[in-house]
Amino acid sequence: MKAEVPVKKALPDSLTPQRLVELYRTMLLIRHFEEQCAPAYRQGKMGGYMHVYIGQEAVATGFIAHMRDDDYMLCSYRDHGHAIARGSDPRRIMAELFGRYTGVAKGKGGSMHLVDVERGFLGGYGIVGGMVPLAVGVGYGIRYRGTDQVCLCFFGDGAMNIGPVHEALNMAAIYKVPVVFICENNRYAMATPVEFASAVTSLAERAKQYGMPTRQIGGMDLLEVYREAEQIVRHVRTKPEPFFVEVLTYRFEGHGIADNPTNQALYRSKEEVEYWRQRDPIVNTARFLLENGFATESELLQWDADAKQQALEAVVYADASPEPPLEELYRDVYTDMEVQEWR
Amino acid sequence: MAVITYREALRQALTEEMERDPGVFILGEEVGRYQGTFRVTEGLLQRFGEMRVVDTPISESGIAGMAIGAAMIGLRPVAEFMTFSFALIAADQLVNHAAKILYMFGGQIAVPVVFRGPAGGGAQLSAQHSHSLESWYAHIPGLKVATPATPADAKGMLKTAIRDNNPVIFMEHAKLYSTRGEVPEGEYTIPFGVAEVKRPGRDVTLIAYSQPVLLALHAAEKLAETEGIDCEVIDLRSLQPLDMDTVLHSIRKTHRAVVVHEDHRNAGFGAEVVARIQEFAFDELDAPVLRVASADVPIPYARNLERAAFPSEEDIIRAVKRVVA
Ligand SMILES: Cc1ncc(C[n+]2csc(CCOP(=O)(O)OP(=O)(O)O)c2C)c(N)n1
Ligand SMILES: [Mg+2]
Repeated sequence: MKAEVPVKKALPDSLTPQRLVELYRTMLLIRHFEEQCAPAYRQGKMGGYMHVYIGQEAVATGFIAHMRDDDYMLCSYRDHGHAIARGSDPRRIMAELFGRYTGVAKGKGGSMHLVDVERGFLGGYGIVGGMVPLAVGVGYGIRYRGTDQVCLCFFGDGAMNIGPVHEALNMAAIYKVPVVFICENNRYAMATPVEFASAVTSLAERAKQYGMPTRQIGGMDLLEVYREAEQIVRHVRTKPEPFFVEVLTYRFEGHGIADNPTNQALYRSKEEVEYWRQRDPIVNTARFLLENGFATESELLQWDADAKQQALEAVVYADASPEPPLEELYRDVYTDMEVQEWR
Repeated sequence: MAVITYREALRQALTEEMERDPGVFILGEEVGRYQGTFRVTEGLLQRFGEMRVVDTPISESGIAGMAIGAAMIGLRPVAEFMTFSFALIAADQLVNHAAKILYMFGGQIAVPVVFRGPAGGGAQLSAQHSHSLESWYAHIPGLKVATPATPADAKGMLKTAIRDNNPVIFMEHAKLYSTRGEVPEGEYTIPFGVAEVKRPGRDVTLIAYSQPVLLALHAAEKLAETEGIDCEVIDLRSLQPLDMDTVLHSIRKTHRAVVVHEDHRNAGFGAEVVARIQEFAFDELDAPVLRVASADVPIPYARNLERAAFPSEEDIIRAVKRVVA
């Protein structure tokens, strides 16, 4: 697979320098938020599975930038970055990771099941590919109501080997639903490289047979993602029809918190990781901002410090938040019915 | 009151709900142009159009997921499984998604969806087409499970299912579609969690749901005629929520009970009913509560073997005689 060497280009027409700075700061916030997770996890502040988005920030940021307030999105368990890019309060996201009552799901979902209904974020899902059929239903609902909303559905390369994903892609094309299927190909599903798991290694190529437009784009350069996503989202909104986009990206950290460097050595080399770290979307966007005079060194430092501060505040907020009251155990099983406590 | 079939009763419920609420739509295999594999959705495509009566490919996960997704943004989809044996393909969508979304997102996303279709066997459908498995769904917090036995219940409960804000597994029975019964005129619904005494009696409580209710009623008539044993037949109607009060009330009178269902006996829903009876009415019992159910074997094809696998009137009569002995 060829790497995306950042090529310097002009700003897309729709992207003002101020907006680019905003998106850059979103990526910074995601990065700093994620960097707070592992230490908090090791201190026992969180449990369960925890998957960070470090390295992939440009993908969620570049796509979600084109969502309207009334649009929808769904994604996998690797969902912190998507929630932040959509504008959810990082303090409440962190509180959810800490299993606190102030969390986005009252502490009942955890890292893998973030949600923000007000922003049309219909959740992070823990079953690989499980939300892809849901996105078809969301898209169908949009068509049913006759609005020009769109739904973004993010999933990994591993999801391309899940049967229901293929049922869903076919149905999406049959019903012409306004859904962007965003396959974030970070080259691995846990430790399994795409080349081992998919006979056809271009996932966009695989999706071509479903009768919807497909594209493969680079995911390490925010400007590239932004520009491509703009066209794709506009196409889906106006046509309307589904679109499949494979985004070539990379996760710098392990699959999840348990995938430590020793484990990672079983499937990827330090050199490979280093190669991709050279293409860090945050570093190359910073360079672009500097080179084009859209930011000064001191501004960059200030923004970085601000993002870090926000992430630290999120940790403090989460830590100070109460646990959910025990009554929550029995709440929300049904909308209208009590579950009998048997003790 | 009009006498109509179970199938017509379901169709009336669908039609009336689609007229009432423009957010209700139907999706499934062969539901539209072909008028429904069991003709439940006959005429609906012509009446409501393609957007609201959606023919799908043979993609059970896709169907279920699409229904759930549409429900999450406020529509009221009714997804038909050609049979519940095929719903196994969609198990992940039903169990990991439909049932969990409200809870794991902290009560913020409701999933008002109905999954309906025929369950059960009895027409030499053999091993892969005869499942009911209602106990699997009743086992899952977050799902409601409805199992109507009569046309009147089918209509009233399907309307309730469609108006419910939670995922409902609505199990019909292929052998019930052509059965007839009185259905009230005009608008009515039947709530979940309210069992019905379908035949009052003094001696033994027969507890059933879905098609075996009819079996229990026949057995009760025979027992009354030939043995002078007066059985009370209770139709649970829904398994989640479950109305144990009606059952316990009856047992306080009869002190004897038999649970009848078509699903396999081992770890079937009858086990739950029996467990609750002994938990809440142990001192009322004069005999062990027995279960009449399918043999714990894959359902065979040969007519005689199939008949032997499914619960029969004779099985019920034998069990009743044992509990009164
Ligand atoms: C159906 C299912 N099978 C297995 C798993 C365990 N699992 C969790 S994440 C994962 C890898 C998924 O990789 P990919 O789709 O590429 O997403 P990424 O983690 O790279 O973002 C696996 C196998 C699961 N959650 N769901
Ligand atoms: Mg991957």
